[in-house]
Amino acid sequence: MKYAFYPGCVSRGACPELYSATIEVCKILDIDLDEEALKGASCTGAGVLQEKNLRLGDTLNARTFAMAEKSGNPLMTICSTCQGVMSQANERLLADPEYLASINEDLKEEGLEYKGTADPKHLLWVIVEDLGIDFLESKIVNKLNGLKLAPFYGCYIVRPTKALGFAENPGRKQALEMVIESVGGEVVDFPGKTLCCGFPILTINPENSVNMVANHTIDAKDRGADAMVTPCPLCHLNLDGYQPNAASARKREIDLPIIHLPQLLGLALGISPEKMRLNKHIVSTKKLLSELVISP
Amino acid sequence: MEVKFNVRRYDPESTDTVTHFQEYQMDMDASSTVLDGLIRIREEIDGTLSLRCSCRSAICGSCAVKVNGEAGLACNTKIVDSLSEDGNTITVEPAGNLPVIKDLVVDFQPFWEKIRAVEPWLQPEGEEPETEYLAPDEDMLHLAGVVSCILCGSCVSDCTVMEVDSNFLGPAALAKSYRFVGDPRDDSAQQRFKTLNESGGVWDCTRCMKCVEVCPKGVAPMDRIMALREQVMESGYTNTNGARHVHEFTNSVKHSGWLDEKKLVIKSFGIFNIKAMIGLIPLVIRSQRAGKVPPIFHKSIPGVENVRRIFEKVETKK
Repeated sequence: MKYAFYPGCVSRGACPELYSATIEVCKILDIDLDEEALKGASCTGAGVLQEKNLRLGDTLNARTFAMAEKSGNPLMTICSTCQGVMSQANERLLADPEYLASINEDLKEEGLEYKGTADPKHLLWVIVEDLGIDFLESKIVNKLNGLKLAPFYGCYIVRPTKALGFAENPGRKQALEMVIESVGGEVVDFPGKTLCCGFPILTINPENSVNMVANHTIDAKDRGADAMVTPCPLCHLNLDGYQPNAASARKREIDLPIIHLPQLLGLALGISPEKMRLNKHIVSTKKLLSELVISP
Repeated sequence: MEVKFNVRRYDPESTDTVTHFQEYQMDMDASSTVLDGLIRIREEIDGTLSLRCSCRSAICGSCAVKVNGEAGLACNTKIVDSLSEDGNTITVEPAGNLPVIKDLVVDFQPFWEKIRAVEPWLQPEGEEPETEYLAPDEDMLHLAGVVSCILCGSCVSDCTVMEVDSNFLGPAALAKSYRFVGDPRDDSAQQRFKTLNESGGVWDCTRCMKCVEVCPKGVAPMDRIMALREQVMESGYTNTNGARHVHEFTNSVKHSGWLDEKKLVIKSFGIFNIKAMIGLIPLVIRSQRAGKVPPIFHKSIPGVENVRRIFEKVETKK
């Protein structure tokens, strides 16, 4: 299946490993990524730009949706925050035809018009809904036997449930757990999995932000997790990058690798850890990889 | 239908003061509410179970508890919607982020203190009118959602910031503040903005949307907090990491079409904030070592002039 690929800013910035892993994984899963269609698409605004000017955010996202429509392929992202912001923008645009028409006025000059058919989808949802878990399982060459994995959704891919279409797609609530189980992992459930990682207040209230990192990583670790898996690169940045700060704030070792969703898939699909830059994390994945028991 | 209630118990007068779960099994009507179940437990099975409730109609806001880990009113949560996927269990716990007095009853004192802190009363200036203070209907319309708040505390219970910081005013108090800032009869917005701009105010929200999701009345506290941020900045309070973050983020998208992460972090803290800059050094070294750094030169996206044009068009509309 072909998708207009929207990588988001972070996979092209501070998380290059997410981009590489996605490309490799999609090759094996027969996901044909059109990397050109949305080359000229802007940042979604991440909810931050929207604080200043909601209409501006909606116009920029309508522009991206129009570009995806023009390519003739559905839009796929690998960032939960992009997913959430796009879904919320789409909800507003589709709810009010007059609003959409006035936004389209501002896209005219570029020869674009958003017709309202975009359905932005995160890779996680593409796997569960478009490819299907059975298809994923048919491609697995290394079952990650018994690897204990704590899912970490973060906020934007689980709330608000209405804009994210949870009622129409009930599988979205458990999608990450389904993927973990299908690659042979054991789900380590914990209440923090759908809470905030602290990233949005990183520069505003660093103490609170680090406390959130500490609470989630320590809870998952103490429940026996070998690693945490997230579909959100911002959650990854905070939970991985600030884990050393969290460990020293709590005066204890945490040592919980934070794996991007495509990296987890890649391990099960037989892609080498180096290709997915698993050696490029702040919290080392060395021990995790050396202890990995894999079976065909 | 057979339903198993798993209720978190706590009795400060017992020798065992640790909280624990207690199970109650009952035959319930599918259409009954969680509150129906809790009241039946108290009246028919275990008179020692403490809970708070009054109107049973989602008006009084007394019965907010956590059902299966998420806050809501027990009286408008149906049993049939709350059963666990793998069986017939419903887990009920006291509201979060407030001290537990006994079982499902929490102490609302800290909640009221925050509400009081935002001075939730009209503060008009000038001569007092001969009759009541009047406001045109159309000027009050945008407050219709926020005045629906019944002060049940569901948003506070599940606020991810209050979990780590008791200083945060929280979603209920901030939504209440929005209600007065937006009232045409109130003349103290500037003073209110000053308080909202301080530590514990609008900038400490993480935008996690928990409060929006759990509010039983559609108040959408986080959306009010975001609206307050905009008003706080517009009223001239721009010397905070939060305001700088919004400003720099928007600028970055305007000029290059996407996010310049390095510049954003530095400018949010403020380049002359020596302490913060020094604090960033370990992270920079760690990231450099791991190869987790954005490109040195931040290149604009192709066709960025179209993005800039949209900015100019939409910003003038505002």
